[in-house]
Order: sequence, then structure tokens, then C-alpha cells
Amino acid sequence: MSKTARVRTVSSTVRTPTSTFKGRQKPMKIFHAMGLTLLLLLTTLSASGAAEADLRAIIAKFATVTDFSETGAVVQELTATGDPAVERPLAALADGNLYIRTADSMVFVGKEGDENVQLFDPLSGEAAGEASEDDITKVSVNNTLRRAIRDALGTLTLGSKDPTVRIAAADTMFKTPDAANIGPLDAAIASESVASVKAVLEQARAASILVSDKPEADKLAAIALIGARGDRSAVSILTSVEANASGTVKDAATAAIAGINSSLALWDAGQNIWYGISLGSVLLLAAIGLAITFGVMGVINMAHGEMVMLGAYTTFVVQQVIRTSFPGLFDWSLIIALPLAFLVAAFVGLAIERGIIRFLYGRPLETLLATWGVSLILQQAVRTIFGPTNQEVGNPSWMSGSFDVGQLAVTWNRLWILVFALSVFGVLLYVMKRTSWGLRMRAVTANRRMAASMGIRTPWVDALTFALGSGIAGIAGVALSQIDNVSPNLGRGYIIDSFMVVVFGGVGNLWGALVGAFSLGIVNKFLEPYAGAVLGKIVVLVLIILFIQKRPRGLFALKGRAVEA
Amino acid sequence: MRGNFAKITKIVSAGVVAAGLLASASAKAAEDTIKVGILHSLSGTMAISETTLKDAMLMLIEQQNAKGGLLGKKLEAVVVDPASNWPLFAEKARELISKDKVAAVFGCWTSVSRKSVLPVFSELDNILFYPVQYEGEESERNVFYTGAAPNQQAIPAVDYLMSKDGGSVKRWVLEGTDYVYPRTTNKILEAYLKSKGVAAEDIMTNYTPFGFSDWQTEVSAIKKFGSAGKKTAVVSTVNGDANVPFYKELGNQGIKAEDIPVMAFSVGEEELAGLDTKPLVGHLAAWNYFESVSTPENKKFISDWHKFIKNNKRTTNDPMEAHYIGFNMWVKAVEKAGTTDPDKVIDAMVGVSVPNLTGGYSTMMPNHHITKPVLIGEIQANGQFETVSKTPGLVMGDEWSDYLPDSKDLISDWRAPLSCGNFNVKTGKCGGKGTN
Repeated sequence: MSKTARVRTVSSTVRTPTSTFKGRQKPMKIFHAMGLTLLLLLTTLSASGAAEADLRAIIAKFATVTDFSETGAVVQELTATGDPAVERPLAALADGNLYIRTADSMVFVGKEGDENVQLFDPLSGEAAGEASEDDITKVSVNNTLRRAIRDALGTLTLGSKDPTVRIAAADTMFKTPDAANIGPLDAAIASESVASVKAVLEQARAASILVSDKPEADKLAAIALIGARGDRSAVSILTSVEANASGTVKDAATAAIAGINSSLALWDAGQNIWYGISLGSVLLLAAIGLAITFGVMGVINMAHGEMVMLGAYTTFVVQQVIRTSFPGLFDWSLIIALPLAFLVAAFVGLAIERGIIRFLYGRPLETLLATWGVSLILQQAVRTIFGPTNQEVGNPSWMSGSFDVGQLAVTWNRLWILVFALSVFGVLLYVMKRTSWGLRMRAVTANRRMAASMGIRTPWVDALTFALGSGIAGIAGVALSQIDNVSPNLGRGYIIDSFMVVVFGGVGNLWGALVGAFSLGIVNKFLEPYAGAVLGKIVVLVLIILFIQKRPRGLFALKGRAVEA
Repeated sequence: MRGNFAKITKIVSAGVVAAGLLASASAKAAEDTIKVGILHSLSGTMAISETTLKDAMLMLIEQQNAKGGLLGKKLEAVVVDPASNWPLFAEKARELISKDKVAAVFGCWTSVSRKSVLPVFSELDNILFYPVQYEGEESERNVFYTGAAPNQQAIPAVDYLMSKDGGSVKRWVLEGTDYVYPRTTNKILEAYLKSKGVAAEDIMTNYTPFGFSDWQTEVSAIKKFGSAGKKTAVVSTVNGDANVPFYKELGNQGIKAEDIPVMAFSVGEEELAGLDTKPLVGHLAAWNYFESVSTPENKKFISDWHKFIKNNKRTTNDPMEAHYIGFNMWVKAVEKAGTTDPDKVIDAMVGVSVPNLTGGYSTMMPNHHITKPVLIGEIQANGQFETVSKTPGLVMGDEWSDYLPDSKDLISDWRAPLSCGNFNVKTGKCGGKGTN
């Protein structure tokens, strides 16, 4: 469009001859100009045509590569064209979606369907039919290639319309500094309007300046800019600068690293507290059901872990049904699984109480052995039904990934589990303290015979309390399926910790379980970086033993008749 | 003391009974089946891995019987369940050999279970086929190691990471579960890395307990260690169930394989079956076999397996291939010896060569380890591995590591004149010590 417009303005000047002398030359010039623009037009036209053909020729080379270094050479050739159109085939290659049709050695972007692979043109993205997996071969990639492609795409997607893509591109360029990046980054900074993107772009430019041969003053400014970023990738960049530079630049880098590290040390402490709280929430979830059956009823239930496992397997079954019948509901799978897990575990708990435990009240040793046996039976039953291998329980999208709070990466699944643990605790507390059923439950635990004389059907209260404790273990299983294995052994890992929490917190007290879980979690996570996971756990156990020596009834001992039994 | 004495009398009396039984067994030679013992946990923590191997053995025995059995007799599998309980492994092994009079035993997974049955096998002179990758530093006359020794898995894996294709890694995290296999393997790797010029501050070693599930601190420590401006990789000897939460945490904290790849020695197709592998694409594993290897032998093996187990989704894995090789070697050695007498079969085993599933042949060496190719695979979105590197030839299992001071002078050769599992080439005497 602009070219034809220019031609028109040129020709309009033709009709205004001013002096004869000049006028004679003008038409010549005009023809010259017209010819030039035409030529230009023609060359640009054929250039874009040639560019596409060239790109296709390069892409076709993927069909003949025999190893990763050859694939890498083709990738380099593609990125060297600097054409944004190469993004599609390169991204497909990085994702392992670039295919070659065996019949004619054509290269396609593929999308795996149910049976066949749908094929698309690598440049235009137009659908190109489909092929069965036997007729096509995948162009294989490895990590080195994926990284090369990611770095190359970083530069190519700097001009993307989506700010998040631009930030990702700038971030990649920050992590892989290259003196050649300064030019494109300068241009991008000049045209950038979003402040957050601009900041990252400037950091990327600073990182690139540090590896270029720019004057020292520029480098010092760059170090200050990167130092202000203050995260681990900044340390990474500055460390390599420190190793290669000398004089004031080296000193500035050293100082900046020290500055970042001292602020990171604070973040580390914050991180330990968060990890501790998160571990505490898992312990609380696992232990809270036990706080009822063991804490309130005094039943040593060794099959408690298996209730958790049943909850996790219920989640698996729910997800299995959703996957095969209602794939759209996958993000809701956990919410659907919650009531079902509660019902399944509560029903099994009820059966155990009615079938075994009610005959054994007041005989803790027998109860312990009987429930241990039940736990083995449940484990083996699950192993027989579902097989011994781990079952895949997927994370819904809102449970995956993480977000940053300052320098702290908070993973969504841990955050949701914390929220969930606290809300389960709140609901349970309400049931125990505010409902008439909770009142009856507390009456029976406080004084069974008196409660019975008041007309409370104590056997039923026992059965329902046990079912409630088991049901809560079941919904804990739904949450734990998100962070742990779903295997028949799932419960084993939690039973010891659960008893530890309940005993430490004080038998018979829900608040004790809460405080116990969180303090154990935080102490554990503070010890772990220094002592290692194995020693950390031992130290925690020793501390608990010492604590129990001092206060045999735990943190919050129940006073009165409740503990007499 | 009394306990010890009771134990000794028990062992002695058991030995006497066993000898008597063996004698009576050889007296009535006209037995119509050859019994093969299968010693894998079918309950307890290890059931997750070992049950599959039991099924694989049953399939192999069924196939051999369909081919007409062995020496004109049918094979009969005797399955026992040592229930992931290490002392019970020794008891069950004794039961298999003395009571059931099996001709050979296929079994064990963990090193501690293998160590617990060793005395039983040498005392009663029977054969154990051990199918799992292990830490080395051992060579017994009665044991055939069909899994990988460290030089058939760990060393080539580290070599790959150091190569240009693997990303020229300069900084190493050795992450393992706290027991004998990771500790010994990491000791070997540390010595190996230092011999390649890696500085001590570029190696971080960390251990976690069995079944560990809260990996937040460890993963963020890896992230921190990896931000020192040098290419970093994790070498993971994390075992069994602990892997799933480990990989979930890696995915959630956004550690990508392009930045910090994790090379695992104990993660196979089976372990990945419990995981959504999309965030893990590109993380690595080193084995001698992958289900994705496309050879006619492997395709047949997989389709046979699916038919046998009646489930098209069950995966195959490296220890299954090890049993495949071990069982076929035993069959061949028995045919060669013309008898199932363990003593004669042990001598006939050395030099036996059978096809493996990756398109080559595996041979039993005089040190009772086998030759195998080493494959490096990257995890794919579909839960399979794609081979990204393969050793050009077969690698011979080296039982005594060359990188540990205690074992570098030791060799093993169970052939006639030497017949020694720990011959010291410096002193010229049989009997040296390993690191365990």
C-alpha cells in the first residue's frame, strides 16, 4: 500500500514543471524512481516468496537428520533466518510434535488424537489430513535441543502481542545473556509500554551488557540493576561475571552477590516456616481423624492409615470414571471425591467398630493387635483389587504449579491443602462443640455410665464417632493423593506421624492436634536443611520422647475424668 | 547367648535335614517336573515392584513349558512370599531349596534381601538369579547378577551428562534414599567425578529416608545449588515410592529438565505409571532396557506380557528383561550340562550367550555378571522413555569398582583354576574386602 502511495505522489510532482532546465531532467528522474520502486516491489515480493521456499527447504532437512547434532544444525539454520514464521515448527519440535511422513518424507506438525495423529502444515498451520502412528516418525529431541530452541524462541517472540509471552521471552534472554541481544532488546525496550515487561527487558539487557565489551561504567550500572532484581538467577548471572571479570566490575559483582545473599537468607527462613506450616497441615490432616478415635474414644486404631488410603483410592476411582465418561469435569474431581471418600471410609470404619472394636473396649492391647490385622487385610484387599502398582491420580489445573511471593515459591497444591486442613479442623470443632451430637459424644467420653443413665445410647455414639474419625481420615486421603503415591502402602507412611502428633498435642484435645501438627512440622523443616532429612527426623523423635518424659499427657492435657480410663 | 546357641543348633539341624532331603531327592531321580523357585515379595512395601517380576517369571516358565519343557520334563514354578521382610527372605529361600528342592531360584529386589539369602545359597549350594541393578562390590559363586553393576548404569549415565549432548554438566547433586545401594553408588560416583576434575564444592550429596514424601526443602536446596552459574544436574538414587512425590514437587516448583535435568537409576516405566509425566518431559533415566525399544524381540515380549497378564496397559521394565535373560541363560546352561544339578549348572553358565530384548546378545561372564548395552532415555509425555543415547557396544559388568580404594585391586573369576570371587591382583591371594 505505502509503495503505491509513494509512486502516486512522485507522479503528481511530475505535473508541476518549474524550470525548463530542471524540468528536462525531472522526467528522467521520475522514471528512474518509478523503476526503482517497481524493482523494489518485485524484489520484496519475490523475497517473501523465496523466504517461504527457503524456510520450507530448511524444514525439509528434518527428514534426513540422523542424530541430535544434525537436528541442532537445522534448528540453528532456521533461527538464523530470523523469520517469526519458524516459531511454529520449532515449538512443535521442542514439544516432540514434529513428524515426518515415511511415504514422502514431508515434515508436519502433529497432534495426537485417539487413534491417528492429525497433521498440520509446519508453516501455515493448515490441516493436512491425518496419519496412523505407523506411517509417521517423530523427530526426536533431547534437553540440549529443547534449551537451544527455547533460547531461540525467546529472541523471536520478543515482539509478541501477549505481555506474558514477552516477559517469558525477556526472562529467557536474561538467563542466557549474549552480546548480540543488546540491539533487539534496545528496540524492544523503546517500544514497550507495559512497565513490568519493560523492567524484565532492562534486566535482560543488563545481563547481556555484562557479557559484551561495553565500557566499565555501563557494566557497573548493569550490575546494580541485576543486583536489585535480587533472586537466584541474578546470583547465577553475577557469579559467572565475578569469575570472569576483574577490577571494579569484579568487586561490584562480589558486593552485589553478598547483598542478594543476605536478603535471600531472610527469605530462606521465611521459606522454612512456610514449608513447616505446609508439612504441619499434612500432619494435621492425617492426624485429625485419629485425634477423634484415639484422642476422644481412646481406641488405638492401627488401621487409621488404611482409612486414608481408602480415601485416596476413592479419588482414583472417581477420576477414572470422570476420565472415561465426563472428561470435562476433571477439575471438579476432587470436590466430587470428597463426600464419596468420607462415606466409603466412614462406612468401613463403622463396620470395623461394629464388627470388632466394640467387643474390645477397655482392652487396648487386643484392640491394637486386632486393628493391626484389619490394616493388613485392607492393604492386601486393595492390592488384590487394584494391583500392587501406584495408581495415577492427576492434579486438577488449580492444584498444579506455583506462584512467587517475593523470593518464595508457593506451590498451589500445598496452599490448598493448608486451607483444606484448616477448614476440616474448623468444621470438626464446630460439630464437637456446637451440635447436640457433639455434646453427646463429649458426654460419653467424659463419663460413659452417667451418659448412659441420661438416656444416651452409648453404643451408637461410639459407632458414629468412630465412623466420623474414619470418614475424616478418608477425606484426608483425597488431599494426600495430590502429593503422595496412591499405593496400598500409602497409610503406612502416616500412621506413626499421626500418633506422634496426637500424643504430643495431648490426647483428647483437638486444639492439641492442631498445635502439635504445626509445631512438629516447623521444627522438622527448620532442622532439615542443617541436619538432613534422616537426622532431622531422629532429632524430632528424641525431642518428643524428652517432652513426653516431662509432660506425659502432651501439650494440652485434658483435666478431669476423661483421662481416667 | 542362649538365643545364639539355639540359632546355631537350628541351622545345623536344618543343614542335616537338608542334606538328607537332597540325598533322598537324588535317589528317586524319576521326578516328572523340574521345580523353579520364585522368591519375590507379594505383600509389604516391595510388593509394588516385585509382584510384577513374579508374574514375569510365571510367564517365562509357561512359555518354556509350551515349547516342551526342559530335558523332557515340565517346569513347575514354586512361588513363596517373603513379604518385604528381610530375615523372612532367608527362611523362605531355605524352604524353597530344602523342602521344595528347586533347581534354581529367581528372586530378591533390595540389596539387603540379597545379602540375607547369600549364606543360605552357599550353604545349600543352589543358584540365585538376581535381576536388579545394584551397587556391586560382591561376587558369589551361587549368585548370577543379571541386573546392572554400577559401571553398566551409573558411570555411563554420568558420562552422558558430562558430554555435549547431555549438556556439559559441571555441578552435581547426588540425591538418594538412605540405604546401601545409593550410599555405595554415590561413593563410586563421587570418586569418579573427582577423577574427572570436578571440585568437591561442585558436588552436593543428600539422603532422605525410605518412603519420604515432603520434598519441599530438598527441591528448593537443589534449586539453590543450581543457581551458581554452572550447568547443574541431579543424579537420583531415590528408591521406590519416594520418587512420585519427588517428581511432583520438581514439577510444581518449576524445575525444568532443560535447566536442571534429573538422572534417575531407580525410576522405570512402572514408577512413572503412577504419575502425570507432562511436567517431567526430558528428565532422564539410565537402564539397560526400555519398553519403547523397538526390536522384534521386544515387541513379541510386550505382546506376550499383555496377553499373559490380560491387561494392555501393564508396562514392562528393566528387571523383567533381566529375568528374561537370566531364565533363558539357565535353560541353556541346563541343556548344556544335561542336568539340573546346581553344581554342574553353575560351571556350565559361564560363557552362555542368549539374545536380550534390545537387539543384541548378553553373555554370562566369569565374574557371574553379564554383558549389556547401556541406554539413556528421556521421559516422554506418555509415560515412556525415549532413548537419547546408547553405548556403542556391550558393557561388561564390573563387580569390584575401579574407583574405590578398597576394591580397585580385586577381580572375580569363578572358572576352574582361580574360582575366586575376590582375588587380589596385588597380593595374588584370594580374599579381599569390598566396601561393605
